[in-house]
Amino acid sequence: MKQKIIEAKNLTKSYGNHTVVKGINFSVYKGQIFAFLGPNGAGKSTTIKMLTTLLKPTSGEITIDGNNVINEKNEARFAFGIVFQDPSLDDELTAMENMELHAVLYHLSKKQRLQRTEELLKLVELWDRKDSLVKTFSGGMKRRLEIARGLLHHPKVLFLDEPTLGLDTQTRNLLWDYVKKLNKTEDTTIFFTTHYLEEAEEIAQEINIIDDGNIIAKGSVHELMKLTETNDLEQAYLKLTGKNIREEKVDPAEAWKMRARSRRMN
Amino acid sequence: MDIYILWLRQIRRYTRSKSRIIGAVGQPLLFLLALGYGIGSLYKRAGGGNYIEFLVPGIIIQTILFGAIFWGINIIWDKQFGFLKETLVAPVSRLRILIGSALGGATTTLIQALLVFFLSMLLGFRPYNWALTIPALFIIAVFAFAITCFGAGLAARVNDFQGFQAINQFLIFPLFFLSGALFPIQGFPKALRIIASVNPVSYAVDALRHILINQGHFNLTVDLLVILLTLIVLTIFGVNSFEKIET
Repeated sequence: MKQKIIEAKNLTKSYGNHTVVKGINFSVYKGQIFAFLGPNGAGKSTTIKMLTTLLKPTSGEITIDGNNVINEKNEARFAFGIVFQDPSLDDELTAMENMELHAVLYHLSKKQRLQRTEELLKLVELWDRKDSLVKTFSGGMKRRLEIARGLLHHPKVLFLDEPTLGLDTQTRNLLWDYVKKLNKTEDTTIFFTTHYLEEAEEIAQEINIIDDGNIIAKGSVHELMKLTETNDLEQAYLKLTGKNIREEKVDPAEAWKMRARSRRMN
Repeated sequence: MDIYILWLRQIRRYTRSKSRIIGAVGQPLLFLLALGYGIGSLYKRAGGGNYIEFLVPGIIIQTILFGAIFWGINIIWDKQFGFLKETLVAPVSRLRILIGSALGGATTTLIQALLVFFLSMLLGFRPYNWALTIPALFIIAVFAFAITCFGAGLAARVNDFQGFQAINQFLIFPLFFLSGALFPIQGFPKALRIIASVNPVSYAVDALRHILINQGHFNLTVDLLVILLTLIVLTIFGVNSFEKIET
């Protein structure tokens, strides 16, 4: 049996008397490509925020690469990289400067930084744009830069929160190719979420489905299809989570953000 | 190193935004010209002496006060458009994130204040003792850092620009107008004089006046102690607010 790299035990998050994540347990093994699926509002993002030290769990425990995420925050932070659902680059800086900032925050030496930055920017095909301001980049280029940045400090685990949202098919395919390559060559564990089930079907070795704060199914694509007696992951997923559209609570700040973003795009 | 790179980020952003540089100097310059020439002759006739000389320390503090609080918008921006998350998942404490960013904000505000100082020299302002511009610079820097922490702390607690603007209107205009920056405190009615004497901005203005033009309302030692206390309280406020950010 391979070594566990992420382990969540009885992980719970409540806001007042509203419990969003209800004591879930799961493990991700070293080198695995792990998909975390679920409808909107099921507790996916909350779980990722807890795994990545952004949110403190109400109760329960998480370890990443042997470090307790709550008590040994900084040790755990060195062990993972993350590509957020929303962009998190500084638009007013160049690609190179964004990479530099990340490298310094993660204590890379100058030599390591320059070498690794070149290697990664070449991998995501942004090397010739390294000195352009990020605000001149397209959505796909920004996402590629975020991935390169997330990998800069050689994380053992890479979290990808809906990494292909809003990208065209070409960029999506390229992105999954990088991810697979990375998983092979550097043995990086991949933890991702997506709403495109064909992506999960193609790439994930292990899938956990969360709904209404509980993990309702675990297994490989085949195991899930067998369990639900269906022929593809989408049917299996719908059988497990139902066909109802979820009411998602949008908090005012989120709504404002979405408005502001659509204004900026126009 | 992490503090340095966060500082550098602010400097890079600042130097790339020419409109910000000009915009932030525009308002104090307008006050300097409009009030300096508008009220100047009246002030002289009333026996107050040279008004521009009296006004310049006040306008420098105005530049710092408005510039540093509005710098907090950057934090809201980082929060809304995601960059803050990049720093919050990095192996850096929130204290260091605040210190690095606020040092950057304070530096840019200090540059604005120096620009205003040079412009005021074009209008004929001269410090009474050039050697004392060094401690003056130090006081401005400390005050700028304190107010930047305050702006960052406020920004950490609100979620939209409108809320931030509203707080500012209610907070910084009274702090500014009731500080003796524009008019001598001794001429205020008693109630306003009491307010001015509990307003930390009054002491920053007063300290600068002592040092630059050898005039003052309070005791310079008291001024310096109040500035130090303000620095401590506002830094703690900023750090506390940053610790509370949840995304």
